Amino acid sequence: MAKAKGAVEVNAERCKGCNLCVIACPCSVLGLQPKEVNNRGYHFAYTVNPQACIGCAACATVCPDGCIAVYRLKAVSPSND
Amino acid sequence: MDNNEIIRPENLVCAKPRLLNDNNMHYCPGCSHGVVHKLIAEVIEEMGIEHIAIGVAPVGCAVFAYNYIDIDWIEASHGRAPAVATAAKRLNPGKMVFTYQGDGDLAAIGTAETIHAANRGENIAIIFINNAIYGMTGGQMAPTTLEGMKTATTPYGRRVDLNGYPLKITELLAQLPGTCYVTRQSVHTPASVRKTKAAIRKAFENSMAQRGTSVVEIVSTCNSGWKMSPAKANEWMVENMFPAYPPGELKNE
Repeated sequence: MAKAKGAVEVNAERCKGCNLCVIACPCSVLGLQPKEVNNRGYHFAYTVNPQACIGCAACATVCPDGCIAVYRLKAVSPSND
Repeated sequence: MDNNEIIRPENLVCAKPRLLNDNNMHYCPGCSHGVVHKLIAEVIEEMGIEHIAIGVAPVGCAVFAYNYIDIDWIEASHGRAPAVATAAKRLNPGKMVFTYQGDGDLAAIGTAETIHAANRGENIAIIFINNAIYGMTGGQMAPTTLEGMKTATTPYGRRVDLNGYPLKITELLAQLPGTCYVTRQSVHTPASVRKTKAAIRKAFENSMAQRGTSVVEIVSTCNSGWKMSPAKANEWMVENMFPAYPPGELKNE
């Protein structure tokens, strides 16, 4: 079966680095910036492993600040797997 | 496949709801308030009732809720949100009126207003955030604080002989004939967030259909007040809060 392909976009300036999306992600796509911070001083979330994303939107669902947008390809043929 | 091919408007499945504006929320990182704000914005947007939705903001951390969700809001005095919502709903029966209250607001100073509004069966929805602590003022003991739980005013843990028992106000409200829908949910996992969203939607629909008072308790975390990381606070909540405040539907008529 073809795996769903997804992508996430994190609004880095809105993110507070609470780490909940990183824990919620079943595919270890997200991580917190180890050194870089945003304008408010938080280690914001970013995509460590963007290729693994399946677009399940678990991260965006638990995000308290609504900083994550999730995209998913509607139908993927097996050749793209 | 390149991510730029996937990041297109037609592939969007989940994003910040339109009604949640761009103001940065003042809540601590990982606070459950943010998730519930997002759910309220999503539900109101999906129901298409933003022009007739009136929220009543509490006193507590959520006092600035009106800064974040673009609907009409009234700011009530401490604990008086159900009384203010009663007036708003009785004068405008066609509006969807809801209150958004914490445990210090709803279960301590506002106990009388809450119980009497529910007993009169006012057609309002009450969103009740229960984190067992006074978060805004520095983590003091609330009526809902668990037995043995350490807070700023109970540094050795809450003692029932001194401080009484945790107040299960949602169970109390479920006894009243005026309430039509009483439920307890949480927002610590994606599945529980979806359930909470469905509960909030049902409560808002009850308000629109004049069925009586709906109460949605959301067992929440206060990671700053509990002095834990957001992830640890979620685990602590499942271990300690759920035995005292088990999630589930208490009443659905």
